[in-house]
Amino acid sequence: MDEIDKQIINALQDGFPICDAPYRQVAAQLRLTEQELIDRLKALLDNGTLTRFGPLYNAEQMGGALTLAAVKAPKQRFDEITDIINAFPEVAHNYARSHELNMWFVIATETPEQIQQTINAIEQQTGLTVYNMPKNKEYFVNLKLEA
Amino acid sequence: MLDETDRKIIQATQAGLPLTPQPYQTIAEQLGLTSDDVMMRLSAMQNSGIIRRIGAVPNHYKLGYRFNGMTVWNIPDEFIDEMGQKVGQLVFVSHCYHRPRHLPEWPYNLFAMVHGKTQQEVDKQIQQISDLLDDYNLGSDVLYSTKILKKTGFRTGGRAGGRSPKATPQARNRNP
Repeated sequence: MDEIDKQIINALQDGFPICDAPYRQVAAQLRLTEQELIDRLKALLDNGTLTRFGPLYNAEQMGGALTLAAVKAPKQRFDEITDIINAFPEVAHNYARSHELNMWFVIATETPEQIQQTINAIEQQTGLTVYNMPKNKEYFVNLKLEA
Repeated sequence: MLDETDRKIIQATQAGLPLTPQPYQTIAEQLGLTSDDVMMRLSAMQNSGIIRRIGAVPNHYKLGYRFNGMTVWNIPDEFIDEMGQKVGQLVFVSHCYHRPRHLPEWPYNLFAMVHGKTQQEVDKQIQQISDLLDDYNLGSDVLYSTKILKKTGFRTGGRAGGRSPKATPQARNRNP
């Protein structure tokens, strides 16, 4: 990742235009060619520096539901539990964390009822209690991190 | 409200925007729409908040943010909104939510995510939150992420897929 990549990452966290040739517009601001921007963006996605590029949808605004949940995965079963939970398409993110509640994941579904169904299925398949922590209120979300 | 065409556009773009010179035209061709229609609908969804933004999501670790802490705080219920607003305004807090407790073992109801390139940096941020909350803080903890196990973004329509980066180990785990 060089200085140009950093500029691209910073610029593209602020938003992306909706117009006929948006890459050309952003490239011009960064003094790059359109093809150079597209090639670098592809490389940043391929090597995992960027996990996504595109519209970030707000699941709840779409009538869907979202929750944060956690389990206490016993150390010797950690990989097995990871595989079970990750296999659910409803699980969007999953992080290992330093705590007795050591696996934290976000469940996103099309309807609120499916959240509970997914939790029940995870409990059944893992034999673990799922701690459900849906948000009561959102005070702030800003996903930008300076490269 | 979203109609069938909006949902098709959502499905076609939730794994990402095409890396073609005219990405909205590319989507339009896939769906049998005009690019004007795709752009108009995406703009409308952005204005109504269905799309938070169109942009890039970096992997924290790859940018050098190796210390990603979920700070959790036990705040008296009657002050949770006031304190949540204050903590959410701190520049280094990326997400701030009120979530339910699970008593007795999980007394925390305020969650704030912080990110730093060094432990020292994150420790300073946590101290700042602690100072801000002062007497309203009845107890706290910090859970550092030690590994990304999955990060695909959200899906509707039961379609799996998209990018699932390999798990990225964190260099240091404070409480192994």
